[in-house]
Amino acid sequence: MRKIWDIHGGVHPNENKTQSLGEPIVLSAIPPYLYVPLSQHIGAPAQPIVKIGDNVLKGQTIASANAAISVPVHAPSSGIIFAIENKSVPHPSGIDDMCIVIKTDGLDQWRERNTNKDFSQLSGDELLSIIRNAGIAGMGGAGFPTAIKLKGKNNKPIDTLIINGTECEPYITADHSLMLENADDIAMGLAILAKIIKPKTILFGIEDNKMDAVNGIEVALEKIDFSAYSDHAIDVEVVSFPTKYPSGGEKQLIQILTGKQVPSHGLPADIGIVCHNIGTAVAIQDAVCLDHPLISRVTTVTGEAVSQPRNYHVLIGTPVSFLLEQSQYRADVSNRLIMGGPMMGFALNDASVPIIKTSNCVLAPTETELPSPPPAQACIRCGMCAEACPASLLPQQLYWFSQGKELEKLEQHNIADCIECGACSYVCPSNIPLVQYYRASKTDIKQREVDHHNAELAKRRFDTRQDRLLRLEQEKIAAKEARQTARKNSNKTDKHVSLTSTASNDSAASSKSTEDRDATIKAAIKRAQEKKSASAATNEDPVARAQAKREAQLEQDQADPEAKLTRAVENAQQRLEKLHIKFSEAKKNNDKNITIIETGLEKAQAKLISSQQALDDHQKISFTNDKA
Amino acid sequence: MVEFISLNPLLSALIALATLGLSFGAILGFGAVKFAVEGDPIVEQINAILPQTQCGQCGYPGCKPYAEAIAEGDAINKCPPGGEAGINELANLLDIEPLALDDEHGQEDIKKVAFIREEECIGCTKCIQACPIDAILGAAKVMHTVITTECTGCDLCVEPCPVDCIDMLPISVGTQAWKWQIPDRNPFYNANIIASDHRSMDLSGVTKH
Repeated sequence: MRKIWDIHGGVHPNENKTQSLGEPIVLSAIPPYLYVPLSQHIGAPAQPIVKIGDNVLKGQTIASANAAISVPVHAPSSGIIFAIENKSVPHPSGIDDMCIVIKTDGLDQWRERNTNKDFSQLSGDELLSIIRNAGIAGMGGAGFPTAIKLKGKNNKPIDTLIINGTECEPYITADHSLMLENADDIAMGLAILAKIIKPKTILFGIEDNKMDAVNGIEVALEKIDFSAYSDHAIDVEVVSFPTKYPSGGEKQLIQILTGKQVPSHGLPADIGIVCHNIGTAVAIQDAVCLDHPLISRVTTVTGEAVSQPRNYHVLIGTPVSFLLEQSQYRADVSNRLIMGGPMMGFALNDASVPIIKTSNCVLAPTETELPSPPPAQACIRCGMCAEACPASLLPQQLYWFSQGKELEKLEQHNIADCIECGACSYVCPSNIPLVQYYRASKTDIKQREVDHHNAELAKRRFDTRQDRLLRLEQEKIAAKEARQTARKNSNKTDKHVSLTSTASNDSAASSKSTEDRDATIKAAIKRAQEKKSASAATNEDPVARAQAKREAQLEQDQADPEAKLTRAVENAQQRLEKLHIKFSEAKKNNDKNITIIETGLEKAQAKLISSQQALDDHQKISFTNDKA
Repeated sequence: MVEFISLNPLLSALIALATLGLSFGAILGFGAVKFAVEGDPIVEQINAILPQTQCGQCGYPGCKPYAEAIAEGDAINKCPPGGEAGINELANLLDIEPLALDDEHGQEDIKKVAFIREEECIGCTKCIQACPIDAILGAAKVMHTVITTECTGCDLCVEPCPVDCIDMLPISVGTQAWKWQIPDRNPFYNANIIASDHRSMDLSGVTKH
């Protein structure tokens, strides 16, 4: 019997797990449309490689992973690509994201599969590429690409592989039912993981509220000789430990099973441990042995607002509403829909969002079951949050600092180690939504880092620009000085030439200076020519421009004669005003042209009157036309 | 030597102290010359906090001049792009009280980037000359475009454009860039805690989401 360590804090909420364990996992029907998001994992979204109207087969790759941290996406069923567009996705923000919409044909026809693979013949790298190509991302909740996690860092040998069958969050039974029904698949997945990682110890952690699963897993694991997949003996043990939330957190489970703590800002790999979820193990087994990419998962549908709470084998991309219908969802009694569990899940605004690779539960509670959170009250500094925190943080301090946006202090108080489990909010007697403060502050800290990075880049660009402008300025001055000195020199050489010609005493220096002079003259001529041609070009340009303008105006006038008339009136008015000014000036100065200006003024007045008349006539005509 | 010290305790003490003083003085003097810091290091630190938009909203021609002014004792609340977070950081660095953002210099706004309506651009290069960080691409009489990832949203290109074809657009937030918000301070936050303190309250808007 292995020694079990305890974690700090933790809470014991009502488990509510029995509701959904009444019947075996049900295979969900194929919905008419599948909405497959391109970003179901941590990292860059996959890039679509299909077009609208393409026929796709079940398991076919429809989006490929082009970035370093990314996974491909596969068609969950056969059909045609109906759309590639922004659709609502399961995300706390409720923001739409890119999805591939597949109109299913109901045939569920597979692409060609290579099912006879004996994985013991494959190398670790080959297995990793199968896992990567199968689009597997951690199915415990975070969705980190599994192949990258498995690859690890070369300088950090892994001696312990931990399989996480804890499932500590209330209501969720997806992993539990998977352990009950697919124990052999989990064991096979574990064997593949053992072959890739070659650990010395494999620990299978299960909470003691799932003892039926413990027995099944023990039987399944005994059938496999793990040491055969490695060059050294592998110690395999199923460990059950007391139920407490959040024992299933990666860092918490590692502490419970090994007594080691993952360093702050570190990864489990830093202490020679890697942790995988059992859902991931099954997905790996399916990918390697059956050539099935990750296109379906087990999802719990539960809560009092569904008449038949149970687990479903559901295709990725199936709308939540479609799943709820199969469980007889009663919208009238449901107060909200939650994706995930009651502690860490988030409320959905829209039941049309699809199930994705990380969706382990859809919770539809009634108002009495999970009442809306009461209004938050002032913190009474009771310290219960600090007692409940599984990461041994000081939630109260973090709360004050979050309110004051004191990001530095938050970092000093290790907000990065918060796993957002919600234990502090659960125990808070003042109902303060603490986790939301921490999430906001964490994103603020991340944003600040990005901003600083961008500011650094902007500064570099600014400095480079300033340097360039300075250099250009200096070059200009230098060129000017050079020209001036050249002119002076040429003046000198002029004298020099005249002197030398009179002396008719030819020297190398004088011939050189005449050559220089010729060159400068030629250059000057060339410059002048260039200038001339350039000015010719610009002269041509305004003419063309004016012509174009005129033509455009003519076109416009034909379309709208009233505008032309109005413009004529305006022009006449302007001319009249100008002439008035000229006239008064001329009068003041006793100009001799005063009579000419006077006649001009009269003419302009006449023109204004006639154009005004024309406009009025036109308006009258159009008015009567309109009336008719 | 010992004899000299025992015979002239006062004098030897003075000599010893003077020697020590001179030698330490020499070391310090050497150090001051050898490890002299060029420029004011606090300016660099302040400049690192400023957002480097070079927008001039503070009244100085760029972030560095403003950093120098702060080091000379100017107020720290003149930088709208840096916002409250920037002011807090500056206050932290300089160990002074954070101030509210000075409204005279503008308000903290959501992050925006410039966008050139390309079919209207006449290719005058005026915006390129205005951009402090070379984030606009283009040449004379050809269409210009903004490198969105480099644009700091400083606004300086908008004014020189003769055809007004530059818009400042807020950066669209996708699921990747979305941020959690600090919960709204609801009316109960500052409420009196014990029941008898409560005055009439309207619960209808608060209890339900």
